Amino acid sequence: MSEQPYTTVIGLEVHVQLSTESKLFCRCNTKFGAEPNTQTCPVCIGMPGSLPVMNRRAYELSLKTAVALNCTIPEFTKWDRKQYYYPDLPKGYQISQFDLPMSADGYLEISDPKDKFAPKRVGIIRAHLEEDAGKSVHDEAAGKADSEIDLNRTGTPLLEIVSQPDMRSAAEAKAFLQELKLLLTYIDVSDCNMQEGSLRVDANVNLHIEKDGKVIATPIVEIKNMNSFRAVERALEYEAPRQYREWQETGRQLGEAPKQTRGWDDVAGVTRGQRSKEESSDYRYFPDPDLAPVITSAAEVDVVRESLGELPADLRRRLSEGYSLSLYDADVIVNQGREFADYYLAVAGASGNPKSACNWVTGPLQRELKEREQTIDSFGLPAQRLAELIRAVDDGRLPSTRAPEAFQLMVDKGSDVAAALAELKIERVDETALVTLVQELLAANPKTVSDIQNGKFQAAASLIGQAKKKNPNVDPNRVRELAIELATSLQ
Amino acid sequence: MSIVDRSATELRKLLATGELTSIELTRACLERIERHDATIGAFLRVDAARALDQAAAIDRRRQAGEPLGPLAGLPVAVKDVLCDRDTITSCASRMLAEFRSPYDSTVVGKLKQADAVLIGRTNMDEFAMGGSTENSAFQPTRNPWDPTRTPGGSSGGSAAAVAARMAPLAIGTDTGGSIRQPAGLCGIVGMKPTYGRVSRFGLVAFASSLDQVGPFATTTEDAALLLEAISGHDPRDSTSINQPTPRYTESINKPLAGLKLGVVPEHFGAGLDPEVASSVRAAIEVYKSLGAEVKEVPLPHGKYGVAAYYVIAPSEASSNLARYDGVHFGFRADQSAALAELAAERQELIAAGKTAAADNVDAPLVRMYRSTREAGFGAEVKRRIMLGAYALSAGYYDAYYLKALKVRRLIRRDFDEAFQQVDLIVGPVTAGPAFKLGEMVDDPLAMYLVDLYTVSANLAGIPALSLPCGVTKAGLPIGLQLQAPPLAEERLLRGARMYEAATDWHTQRPSLGGAR
Ligand SMILES: [Zn+2]
Repeated sequence: MSEQPYTTVIGLEVHVQLSTESKLFCRCNTKFGAEPNTQTCPVCIGMPGSLPVMNRRAYELSLKTAVALNCTIPEFTKWDRKQYYYPDLPKGYQISQFDLPMSADGYLEISDPKDKFAPKRVGIIRAHLEEDAGKSVHDEAAGKADSEIDLNRTGTPLLEIVSQPDMRSAAEAKAFLQELKLLLTYIDVSDCNMQEGSLRVDANVNLHIEKDGKVIATPIVEIKNMNSFRAVERALEYEAPRQYREWQETGRQLGEAPKQTRGWDDVAGVTRGQRSKEESSDYRYFPDPDLAPVITSAAEVDVVRESLGELPADLRRRLSEGYSLSLYDADVIVNQGREFADYYLAVAGASGNPKSACNWVTGPLQRELKEREQTIDSFGLPAQRLAELIRAVDDGRLPSTRAPEAFQLMVDKGSDVAAALAELKIERVDETALVTLVQELLAANPKTVSDIQNGKFQAAASLIGQAKKKNPNVDPNRVRELAIELATSLQ
Repeated sequence: MSIVDRSATELRKLLATGELTSIELTRACLERIERHDATIGAFLRVDAARALDQAAAIDRRRQAGEPLGPLAGLPVAVKDVLCDRDTITSCASRMLAEFRSPYDSTVVGKLKQADAVLIGRTNMDEFAMGGSTENSAFQPTRNPWDPTRTPGGSSGGSAAAVAARMAPLAIGTDTGGSIRQPAGLCGIVGMKPTYGRVSRFGLVAFASSLDQVGPFATTTEDAALLLEAISGHDPRDSTSINQPTPRYTESINKPLAGLKLGVVPEHFGAGLDPEVASSVRAAIEVYKSLGAEVKEVPLPHGKYGVAAYYVIAPSEASSNLARYDGVHFGFRADQSAALAELAAERQELIAAGKTAAADNVDAPLVRMYRSTREAGFGAEVKRRIMLGAYALSAGYYDAYYLKALKVRRLIRRDFDEAFQQVDLIVGPVTAGPAFKLGEMVDDPLAMYLVDLYTVSANLAGIPALSLPCGVTKAGLPIGLQLQAPPLAEERLLRGARMYEAATDWHTQRPSLGGAR
């Protein structure tokens, strides 16, 4: 990054659909994927005479999110009408929050386990609640063809989270989104499903270019149509050098050109200029006279704060401090989501070996999940079974070399440790029997004996394979130890 | 005395004792409509068959001894702005000429629950914008006292229907005086309750923070009866007040002991018709004779009320009416005509070599919005949408909308202070009696000033009532306005009833061209 002659400045606007059963101002269902216009009522399609009534649950979820994002919660918040004409907006206005949002001035901490950037705090300017618009199915640009509108989504509660322009790279922006998504899923306020539109991201980007000891800011560009975190990362990686080239050509600085909107084309891998309908819009915001302001006391905020439970950052700290895991391992476990972390905690607790539990869940277990395209809550191996397996290794009933076989069997057949040991015919090898076995091998391999006696201890390894052939349950390390011990004592 | 001349309270007793059936009463009202409404034009639609069916059903239930609602068998006319499930609610606009709501407004639902007979839908100024009912897209309504004059507005149809005894009761809405002013001009009782006392659910919005539903009747007792039936908290309206509804009908005949009455000096300034002034002063004397103490109270910001109102109401209206764009419901202008027009415009510009201008003609969607709103709304509605959109625009918002909100708070404070000293405020409801139809249609500003005495109650959210207090030499009724603190409807009705019981202005009725 140091070789770049500029710094990329990124702020994100994230729309999160809150997991409520019903819409923000009526009781219609919010479930994704229903037949068009089957989840509507007079209120959400704005029929004459209908009136909105706030869904208390949606407000509670937004409050929870705002508190988790360390925001200040003002005592008074209100609803405003954002007015514009569009066919998917049946009332001619969107109920949103303008000058007095329900929360402001928060932050989210981000870091990278591989240290691609230094840990930092990204400021949250505000988070406010608003209703979603509908969906135009046909583009009106299609000419005379009839456009179709689906109003199922109209009125769905959205929390708009606006960050400070605190991110300096695509990696930081991606980390912010991942951490935000993780936080929202930990506190259970949204499923954050980007494919279903439960999480939408717009990015504001410009460059700070150092020239002749002065910092020049380039015009801000808003990027839309990014449908995955990967797309956000790619779009930002594309956009920064594009803006630099543009600046080299035009020399235009911030304030010398209007804010531009560009759309990300995921297939072509480029951003393209869009004719923005918002550019010169005056939304004629004013307080919605159909809705009462919302008053939230400090005591209510405290109750919400206490109900949050452990947030991802807290859990990472607990894992590294209380369970002696590396920051990297703690990160891997926490980032898999609340259920995965709970699974780990259960294995670690029941096995009494947090380190080994970590190796199992981040290694073989994660690989299994990936192969089977499963999530932890539907995985066939309960945490208690994996803990038993770890205990079996630790108390010597199961040689560590054969543990992967046992694990596989337990996963595939749903068996417990005892059954797996029986099926694999794994039993503890008696020490005297093992001594006898090694003595026989040494007698049959005089070359190996003399090598060992001459200090070439690695020669003992050649006996391991032969020992395993005679008894697959032998512990290879013990075989090696005994071979060296016995050969030297023959001197 | 004909049946239709009786008050709702009297009719209720006759129905209860079986001396009268709802069918007979409903028929009498329908005959009255049949005979006079071609001249008056109070109703936009009368569904005689439905009304008679409802009446018959109520009569049957009464005979079977079933419990009945408080308005059982009484015909009620409803302003065409409150949704009545599966029937048309036009708001006297071409835009909603065919609009049928799939739901009942809370008020219509309560009327049905109270076993009222819904006799018809009354005319109004389009979307309740106006003070003469001349802004109806369909027909004018005439004053039953003088058909060359206006009944007032915007609830002119409801007021005229009750004044002409076509229905004993009617529902209106009052955003800046739209119940009280027509009640005053038609010589009947009309009341605007406290904002939030009656649910607005299903009331097609004009200005949401000001709109309130209320009763029309020939007596204060009847107004109390109807108000009691339609009031109450409604979880579907977030601005509805969660307070129990007092039994107005039980207390109305108890005079207010030690009544302190406020008189506002500013109400008697220039512009007040001398006949109105002397009738109002005479009414104040009546109160004195009844033992009331009369005191002057200033309402210093009242003079800014009309200005503030004509910023706030159009601002809200411009937003509330944005939904009528031809996309989801209501009228849509003929699109093949609009598209052909668009193509012709483009051709013309291209032929004239103005290619840049040709590229800038409306997109088809924009032209659809434009042609729909152009043809669907009348002139006054368009005027107010423009006023409101302007007042809310960036750069003007603070100077107009925010300033108007400040005035609104000051007006409310004036009232709060006045009601520390007095129980009720008494004064004129209009500056003069009913004006001639067409007299002010070309002078919107003069028309706006008609609301001078009434808008303050809407801005402050307080209850207010108009009742008859005189008749001019030319034979036109004069109204008296009483205003009360928030939620003091009971006091307001009892105070009005005191005056009514001591006078007989409420017994005067229009001759309707000599016909009975
Ligand atoms: Zn709905």
